[in-house]
Parts: sequence; C-alpha cells; structure tokens
Amino acid sequence: MASTLSPSSDLLLIETMGLSRDFDTRTVVDAVTLQVRAGEVFGLIGPNGAGKSTLIKMLTTLLPPSRGTARVAGADVRTDPRAVRRHIGYVPQLLSADGALTGYENLLLSARLYLIPRAERAQRIRDALELTELTEAANRPAQHYSGGMLRRLEIAQSMLHRPEVLIMDEPTVGLDPVARHAVWTHVQDLRDRFGTTILITTHAMEEAEALCDRIGILHLGRLEQVGTPAELKAAVGPGATLDDVFAAIAGHDVDLGGDFRDVRRTRRSLAQHG
Amino acid sequence: MAEPFPGALIRARDYGTEVFAVADAEIRKLRHDPSEILTRAIQPAIWLILFGGVMARVRGIASGETSYMDFLAPGILAQSVLFAAIFYGIAAIWERDLGVLHRYMVSPAPRSALVLGKGLSSAVRGLTQAVVVYLLALVLGIGIDLNPLNLLGVAGLIALGSALFSTFSLIIACIVKTRERFMGIGQVLTMPIFFASNAIYPIDIMPGWLKVVSRANPLTYEVDGLRALMLKAEHSVFGLGLDVAVLVVILAVLVSIATRLYPRMTQ
Repeated sequence: MASTLSPSSDLLLIETMGLSRDFDTRTVVDAVTLQVRAGEVFGLIGPNGAGKSTLIKMLTTLLPPSRGTARVAGADVRTDPRAVRRHIGYVPQLLSADGALTGYENLLLSARLYLIPRAERAQRIRDALELTELTEAANRPAQHYSGGMLRRLEIAQSMLHRPEVLIMDEPTVGLDPVARHAVWTHVQDLRDRFGTTILITTHAMEEAEALCDRIGILHLGRLEQVGTPAELKAAVGPGATLDDVFAAIAGHDVDLGGDFRDVRRTRRSLAQHG
Repeated sequence: MAEPFPGALIRARDYGTEVFAVADAEIRKLRHDPSEILTRAIQPAIWLILFGGVMARVRGIASGETSYMDFLAPGILAQSVLFAAIFYGIAAIWERDLGVLHRYMVSPAPRSALVLGKGLSSAVRGLTQAVVVYLLALVLGIGIDLNPLNLLGVAGLIALGSALFSTFSLIIACIVKTRERFMGIGQVLTMPIFFASNAIYPIDIMPGWLKVVSRANPLTYEVDGLRALMLKAEHSVFGLGLDVAVLVVILAVLVSIATRLYPRMTQ
C-alpha cells in the first residue's frame, strides 16, 4: 500500500499526490504519495525496475504523469513545468556533461540556459569550479575527465542557478570508492552551505545510510515504506541493517532486476563513469 | 498601467540567449574539432570535378545560356548543405543515448529555443560548406558573383536551408528514435529530396509527375535562389521573394512540429 508521511510544521519542497505512470498496460509508478521537507536529503531506494527513474522523470517534468500530480518547489509538474524546471537541478544517471566541450564550456552552456545574468556568469562559474575542485581542469575537454570529475562537473552544472531542489538519479553508480565518497561530501556540502533539498536515488544501502535523513523504499512502483534509517531498521528487528529492510520488502522477488532498458541504462552508466 | 514593451523585449532577449546557448555549444564543438569541415569538403569536390566535368562534356543537360559547370555549382552547394544537415538527427539520437539531451530538457529554456538553437548551429555549419564550395568554384573558373549583397543573400539562403533540413532531420529522429532506423531512413529521404529538385538538372526536362514533386520540394526553392544570387549570368525562376517565403514558412512549420516531438526523446 502506498505510504504517506505528513510532517506538520515544515515547508514541503517535493510533494507527490497519487503520482502514477503507465507504459502501455503496465503501471510502473503506482499512486506514490510522498513529501520531502525543505533542507532534507531524501533517499529513494529500490531494485532495478522499481520505478525510481520513472518517478524522477515525472518530478523533473521529462515525463508527464498518467494520474495524480506533484508539486516541486511550489510549482505543479502538470500545469507549470517550466517553473518546476527553473527551481530544480538534476543530475541524471547517464552522463549529461558534453564530452566535446570543456568543463568551463559545459558550465557556460548551463549558465545561459538558466538565464543567469551576464554580469554574474563568470563569478558563478568560478565559484562552481572551485566548489567542485575542477578549477585546474576547467579548460580541458570533459571527455578527458575521470568518472568522479564528470560527476562533480554535472553537480556543478546542476547547482549553478542555485536551485532549491536537487534531484540526483544514482549519482555514484560506476564510481570507485574514493570518487563516491567525494560525491557524498559534495552532497552534504550543498545541503549545509545552501540548504538545498536533495532527492537521491540509489541501490547502495551504505550510501543511503550515510547521506539521507529519510528513506523511501520503492518496490514494483509502490512506495512501501518511508522513515529515517533508524526507524526502518527498528521496524525489522534488533540489529537489522538497511540491507535487511530492503530484503524484507523486495527480497522475495528473485527475478527482479529491471527490464532491458533498465539494464542497458545501468550498464551504459557504468561504462561512462567507470 | 503595465508596460508590455519592456517585458516583451526582456523575453525576446532571454529567448535569444537560450537559442544562442545551444548554437554556441555546437559551434564550439566544431572549433575544437574542425576536421569535419575538411572531410565534408570532399563530397562537393567530387561532384563538381568528376560529375560536373564529365556531364559538361556530354552536353546532355540543357542548362540554357549558362555552362553546365556554372549551372551545377549552386546545386552542389545546396546538396552539400542538405547532406550535412540531414544527419543532424543522428546527433540528436546520440545525445539522447549519452544523456546530454537530459541536460537541455530539464532546463527552463522553451523547447522551441532548443530546436532553433540546433537549427542555428546547422546554419553555421552550412556556411562553412558554402566557403568550401565558393573556393572550389573559383578554382574551377565558375562565373561566381562576388557582389557583397549577393554573398549576403547566399549566406541567408544557406542558413535557412540548413536550419530547415536539420529541423526536418530532428523530426525524423524523434519519430524513429534509434540510430539504426535513422541511418536507413536518412538515405531513403536524402536521395529523393536531391534528385527531385533542380540541383543538377533544370525542372523543364523532368517528366510531368516529377515536376509536381519538384515544385513541392524546398530544396528546389533554395537552389533557385542560390542560382540567382551566386552566378553572374542567372536569374530566379520563381522569384527570390517566393524562394525565401517558401523556405521561411516550411521552416516555421517544421520548428513547431519539432518543438512538440523533441521532448518525447527523453521519455
């Protein structure tokens, strides 16, 4: 059954109401009702094919919902998608930086697309490069960056217009442990420095535990549980880990692992960043 | 009372910035790797030197007062622009597969600005083709008109034609969605557009049914305008005004279709 959590006093920056998406006769996201508070890091976990990427596509307005709706940073994804896009940053699972452009040029492209005033562009780009430790590599083509550098560049691109909400689709897939920890540090830094609300999807329980204030577990398109890591573990039993929580919900479906598109996307992402 | 004019001006400036952002990114890529300009120069050279050289001797195509090489040059320019622009769709599919397209689609830029930005970058690529063909034509002794106004007119027509065919290509890419299908369809479309036009022979010598197809083909109007502006001894068959009007109207229709279809590539 779809779960609902309703914090009473905090401002909600992501709010979905019975959000659903069908592909042909298959319901991939099924009546998800979810609320993310301002300044929160919210993790969405689930196996391949659980519907995480489809849910994220609806929140980023890349895909219209079949039923229900969502408000992101105060704007409705159905009725005002441009306002939603103005207020969000998005780091997709696939490589979104253009390898044929330098790091600086990728940032310049984003600065122009988000209409950052010309007088502020240079300083914003300098700050973003500094924040993501890419200043020295700024004039090198992105195709010569390592996987970790590319992810940092994409985070810089997504944050250049200082969005209220940052949505990250499996941002550490394919990264080595050092690069993965660097991304975690940047995520925490963004929240601490700018108060950015962050929605992150991941397969890695370690990552969810390290980064997220609350976690939602998505299984077969339905939001099965929502809570803090401690609450979720306590619900399974003493000494339980997030892996145990995950297995308790999704473990009985041994054939899960997504369809052809999911597998192709994950493997392509691994190849791009690995 | 609100002042609509400054608001409209600001929106126009913002829209221009977004169109330029997309076009500038493509132009920067071309600057980083200009080898494409050289490789694309080979095809018009082959057509002009080999095909043109032989057909001029055959004297099988009535090109009026103009020599066949002169008649052919504007057609080959339009052809090289068409062939470069028609494969823009492949690049769009490639960008979708890589994930780069997501970066554009989650930005607040209107979809039409993204489409026009791609068209503008194609126009710049087309202009580099024009420089190559002009140099070739000068070397081959073709009677090129170097009047600055004519050169400006040629640049405008090339930009229009290039944007038109690249947008058409983008629409095909949005429909077929995979590189494999696009490669097949790209070939199937390019050849009829080229041969059912006045690029390498006059419309007068075509069979009746092909004349009708040719009149509905935007490449015909591009070549007609180019022939009038590029050559000293030629004039437009349809009138330059009609040539430009047809290209502008078709481009506007294609941009509006592409604006609707482009977002579907990331769904």
